Amino acid sequence: MAEWLSISDVRKKISESSAEEVTAAYLETIGQSRINGYTCTYDGALEMAKQADKGEGEGLLAGVPIAIKDNISTKGLATTCSSKILEGYVPPYDAHVIERLKAEGAVILGKTNMDEFAMGTSTESSCYGVTMNPWDLERVPGGSSGGSAAVVAAGEAPISLGSDTGGSVRCPAAFCGVVGLKPTYGAVSRYGLISYANSLEQIGPMATCVGDIATVMDVIGGYDPRDSTSINREISYRDALVDDVKGLKVGVPEEYFGEGVDGGVEKAVWDAISKYEEMGATWEKVSMPNTKYALAAYYTIAMSEASSNLARFDGTRYGPRNDGENWHVMASRTRAEYFGKEVQRRVLLGTYALSAGYQDKYYLKALKVRTLVKQDFEKALSNVDVLMGPTMPMPAFRIGEKIEDPLSLYLTDVNTVPMNLAGVPCISVPCGLSDGLPVGLQIIGKQFDEATIIRSAYAFEQNTDHNKARPAEVI
Amino acid sequence: MITKDEVEHVGWLARIEIDDADAEDYAVKLSSVLDYFGQLDEVDTEGVEPTYHVADVMNIFREDVVTPSLDQKDVLANTAAEKDGYIKAPRII
Amino acid sequence: MVYDNPDGVMIGLEVHVQLNKLNTKMFCGCSTKYHDAEPNTHVCPVCLGLPGALPVINRKSVEAAMKIGLALNCEIVEQTQFHRKNYYYPDLPKGFQTTQYDFPIVSGGKVVIEGEDGEHVVRITRAHMEEDPGRLMHMGTIEKSKGTLIDYNRSGMSLIEIVSEPDMRSPKEARRYLDKLRNILEYLDVFDGSLEGSMRVDSNVSIMGGQRVEVKNISSHKGAERAILFEIMRQKNLLRRGGKVVLETRHFDEARGVTISMRTKEEEHDYRYFPEPDLVPMRVSDWGPAIQESLPELPDTKRERFISQYGITGMHAKALTSDIRVADFFEIVASKADPRAAGTWVADVLRGELNYRNLAITSFTTEDIIEIIGLVVEEKITEKSAVDVIRTILDVGGSPMDVVKEKGLLKVEGDIVTQAVSESIVENEEAVQDYLGGTEKSLNFLVGQVMKKTKGRADARQARELLIAALKD
Ligand SMILES: [Mg+2]
Ligand SMILES: [Zn+2]
Repeated sequence: MAEWLSISDVRKKISESSAEEVTAAYLETIGQSRINGYTCTYDGALEMAKQADKGEGEGLLAGVPIAIKDNISTKGLATTCSSKILEGYVPPYDAHVIERLKAEGAVILGKTNMDEFAMGTSTESSCYGVTMNPWDLERVPGGSSGGSAAVVAAGEAPISLGSDTGGSVRCPAAFCGVVGLKPTYGAVSRYGLISYANSLEQIGPMATCVGDIATVMDVIGGYDPRDSTSINREISYRDALVDDVKGLKVGVPEEYFGEGVDGGVEKAVWDAISKYEEMGATWEKVSMPNTKYALAAYYTIAMSEASSNLARFDGTRYGPRNDGENWHVMASRTRAEYFGKEVQRRVLLGTYALSAGYQDKYYLKALKVRTLVKQDFEKALSNVDVLMGPTMPMPAFRIGEKIEDPLSLYLTDVNTVPMNLAGVPCISVPCGLSDGLPVGLQIIGKQFDEATIIRSAYAFEQNTDHNKARPAEVI
Repeated sequence: MITKDEVEHVGWLARIEIDDADAEDYAVKLSSVLDYFGQLDEVDTEGVEPTYHVADVMNIFREDVVTPSLDQKDVLANTAAEKDGYIKAPRII
Repeated sequence: MVYDNPDGVMIGLEVHVQLNKLNTKMFCGCSTKYHDAEPNTHVCPVCLGLPGALPVINRKSVEAAMKIGLALNCEIVEQTQFHRKNYYYPDLPKGFQTTQYDFPIVSGGKVVIEGEDGEHVVRITRAHMEEDPGRLMHMGTIEKSKGTLIDYNRSGMSLIEIVSEPDMRSPKEARRYLDKLRNILEYLDVFDGSLEGSMRVDSNVSIMGGQRVEVKNISSHKGAERAILFEIMRQKNLLRRGGKVVLETRHFDEARGVTISMRTKEEEHDYRYFPEPDLVPMRVSDWGPAIQESLPELPDTKRERFISQYGITGMHAKALTSDIRVADFFEIVASKADPRAAGTWVADVLRGELNYRNLAITSFTTEDIIEIIGLVVEEKITEKSAVDVIRTILDVGGSPMDVVKEKGLLKVEGDIVTQAVSESIVENEEAVQDYLGGTEKSLNFLVGQVMKKTKGRADARQARELLIAALKD
């Protein structure tokens, strides 16, 4: 099959045949995949589809297949964070978002590949091997939700869920030419999301069009009493699907066009901003002076939290374990063997940044810089409705190009981490190609103002052809 | 520059066994990242409060009402070793 | 009398109290009633530390912590936040303990105990909330064990850690402090001290000329007294031999009654505390007035009230208020029986008989003791018989009247005794003459005769008095 389908396309197909046939067709496409986007498919998928057929289209996503990032807990279906340390782990419970999807009749196709524990920008650190970018199989799909973006781009799922700690939804969305949203911190429950850096991350949807992003958000968004950081607000995301940006005030932070930004990316993004002007919006330059420190602050905080979040993987209650003359040695050997190198580096760095004598210099300092970054957003967004810039400074890079040098890989996140520090919502939409590779336009809004960024993205999509471009795997 | 000894100490704190040969490589790679983090020193944060939580919420509680626990078999399903309903691990010392 | 504390003993205690009267654990909805359950049956993704699970604070555990703080005369902090205490141990399912540590919910209180020289104040440094780890069982001794068995049922139980200043000056004072603490906590109805592992103590002990030594792993009040006594003797001997008492942590071996040094690599602790990102701050000081209002009457106040309301002695009042169950028991009895008699019978007799048998007050009913006191007050049975009835009920069972009838303990009527006295005088001329001639012990023979005639149901003292009176005439 391998075609780009929106939710309404899928529902049309279901009405012509059945959810079971649609799911079967997706499973067949996945079986022939060349991109290694899934870590596993769900053997209960067809049963779920049959149930949806019986339910006669009840539910917002009745019979609609969806792919789930492998760090979101799914009852009865392996959830490994693409790490050997969770090999064979099958959660006895569903994440909040999975409960919501099931309640709306969605069909879980399988789990998607990712950087181990979401620590990466390329999906190369997965224990299952890299996922290929459907636009060019020699390139990375971005990360860490590389699998979730690639399977949507390759027509192996109409929609998917990823998670975004410092750009992990937006980066692969940009690299694979699909739409990806990172919600406001607290808009989607994290219950069941395996933590990498819990003060920064949110689950977010990926899809071929903005409308589907809004639909999935209407399903997974909202209050969950099991997540103390979940915020109780009623928002209808689909109501924001309005093709009108007249009078919209756009801020363009000059810091997002710093050195190292690819020429093709820069052109595509400025063309997009011109298009907004054409559609009746205005734009102005704004300054986000602390952007250049955001990356260091982000990594310090993320690694510190990760060092603690990943402490539970000690071989005792789940996952494989090595031998050792006592428990501490067993745990140390298990963690050394089954965590990948990048995960070990981040845990060590985080441990160091929190340790006695260094906590003030690294961790506490980073949290103060976080305050300044957050204030940059508050100030800029008090004058404009949204901010715009390139999601990634470059298009998808080659597999193996950066993996040996962690720091150079970290630097690619420069435009995506500030929003996680500030907790603001942001979306990446396709805005053209650079050398035949997709470019993402990032639109950023105020906390809980998803409506404005969804409207901005929707209007752009309605008035341009960028999301008509298809990758080689689909053409 | 982080030393080999520090790497080993941090490895012990983080329960990641690091053999001597690897410690050197870790020292180099970790140092380059820590140097990069060091640029935070440039920022004047005098009088700036740290942001632990981006959302401005407080006082989130649950009521003292019992909800079902897991079945014992589900608790034990994922462990590498069990005995008589207990999870089994190597001795402590 | 002033206690001069010749060795300069200073004892501070850190007491971990399990809030086992709540319905659920601290951060999840698992039931707290696991004490008789199979292992790993009272756990969920949260308290088992499954990947992705998140904690939510039990409102009642915060209220309980504030109740305790107010009962210990502490101040409530403006704002607090849970932290992560990072360390690795198999009983800790997340690899960190969620605790308030540096931001205790209450601080700066005091408790008054019966000290070596009368009332003695122990200052409370602070009390903070934290979660209990799971329970480990070593297969064999800890050093030579073949493995460790883990039960996570206890994991995530609400704990309050109450930290005192080093104000206690003897093992006895430490024990009194623990007794008082347990008593107050049970009054507050947040804690049942009878459940295994519900109160665990770490103790800091120092004597003049030495440094502070921490003794861990004390699980009973008696154990605390023994551990501290051992530790003081050890430190004194060490100093006497010219040694040095160094800052260290020791482990109390309950079976052997000794403390053992625990200096291992584990001691280089670096807990890397940081605020728990999954929990938001708490600002609950405004709950204070309502909680203060709702505090029940505490032991010291109740004792004063018992003295004034029931007219019982200070000793009885103290004994009766040292356990909320006994106090409640007494008040029921005092409402239906003579309060002073109730004081004596409950505080002295019944408690004595129960303690002797290691039984709780719940082993006796208020109805039974009310009935027994009634029989004594109405002089239907003797005091001696009443004690016999209590003992029989405890050892064999039955109702008071059953026991009285079965044993024939009902006192006989006065005129029957008078008649027996007259008969005895008439029938025993020789003994009467001997008594009147000055042989005192002949009276005992006559009393014996009266008892024989009444089949032992007469009160011997009464019989004696009646004989003396009759022989005077
Ligand atoms: Mg403690
Ligand atoms: Zn639980």
